[in-house]
Amino acid sequence: MNNASLGNITRFLLLLLAQVMIFNRIDLFGFINPFPYVLFIILYPVNGNKSGLLAASFLLGLSMDMFCNSGGVHAASCLILAFFRPAIFKFSFGLSYEYQTVKLNDVLTPERFSFILIAVVIHHFILFVLEVFKLSFLWDILTRTILSTLFTIITCIIIIYIIKPSKR
Amino acid sequence: MQQIFNFVIKNSNRLLFLLLLVISLSLTIQSHSYHKSKIISSANFFTGGVYENINTIDEYFGLRTKNEELANENARLKMLLFNLKDSVALPKIDSIKGVKKTDILVSKVIHNSYSVLENYLTINNGKTSGIKSNMGVINSAGIVGIIDKTSNNYATVISVLNVKSQINAKIKKSNHFGSLVWNGKNAGFVQLIDVPRLAGVRKGDTIVTGGQSVIFPENIGIGTIEKVYIDNETNYYTLDIKLFNDMTNLGHVYIIKNKDSEEIINLENQNKKNE
Repeated sequence: MNNASLGNITRFLLLLLAQVMIFNRIDLFGFINPFPYVLFIILYPVNGNKSGLLAASFLLGLSMDMFCNSGGVHAASCLILAFFRPAIFKFSFGLSYEYQTVKLNDVLTPERFSFILIAVVIHHFILFVLEVFKLSFLWDILTRTILSTLFTIITCIIIIYIIKPSKR
Repeated sequence: MQQIFNFVIKNSNRLLFLLLLVISLSLTIQSHSYHKSKIISSANFFTGGVYENINTIDEYFGLRTKNEELANENARLKMLLFNLKDSVALPKIDSIKGVKKTDILVSKVIHNSYSVLENYLTINNGKTSGIKSNMGVINSAGIVGIIDKTSNNYATVISVLNVKSQINAKIKKSNHFGSLVWNGKNAGFVQLIDVPRLAGVRKGDTIVTGGQSVIFPENIGIGTIEKVYIDNETNYYTLDIKLFNDMTNLGHVYIIKNKDSEEIINLENQNKKNE
């Protein structure tokens, strides 16, 4: 049990609890909820264990599904985000991301912002497609994705700044 | 053999991903069909406990309105008691057996959702209190939903605000039946579909539950007609109904236990077998 995995476990539990107790109950305009629990997948160490990330995101999504009574939609979308995370890294930070020390929870740069944006959009789009499950609701899916993405990104950035204040 | 092992080790992440994806997608697909019960639901010990703890804090913010609601309902019940001639909402006494057909259990909503297409509530009573799936749930204002999944101490309720729910309802004035569904758009309104064109409907008419199902007794309030339009495909009326209930703010609910439901369902199943 080293330091990194301990940090991951506490982040997992804290984000899950915060999501269930606070963010699931916001219901802005009646239907917009932020999902800042995806921060767990975003903030997972860059060169951490990949199968560990897959399993942990699946578990995280599954526990969200339990709380939301939503079958397996959170599990599926978290899993897909976790699987494509290296590709998004490559896109946002350039090819050599693994050799640099990419730290996400730090001051916001365009690279970091684009990474968070793409990750959240992928997650939310899959989430709402699976949740609605009907193409006749396509507009509904798109508006929900866009509005929730905005809301999630704002909360994510606020959380990042709260847990990691700049040292200077 | 060696090559198979190499392949598995080389692609272990991809295989794990595919395995988990298949599991989650099958859970998703299963959750979208009405008749298959859910494996992952909030009616378990862990999630139920968390929701109950949150609810104990949450309750304090709504004490005043809840008290007012209870006082109003008490006043209404007293009125019924003192004016026994008014038999509109009196519990029906079965004329043959002379006993009440339905039992009412009280429970509390500890988790409420209304912002997605398939909404479920969680209540803090379960099997040990005698709650089973397919019992009707109402509150003082009108219907709330139908019990879906139960554990020992908790149960989930398919809210009327769930695109999968379908409840038998009728127009109080003319006794024309229809099915109550939700189009997923507004948490204050549900739709009554398949109302025959013969029915004279007008804005403001009251909609109540029909007596055709074993889940709800007859004449429980649902809402009033807000808008009437004709379905182009089926040529039946579709009515927008404004719910009596504020589904975004639910406290105590009553669960209706129809003592005859098992008998009726058994009988109907026998018929199906014979066919």
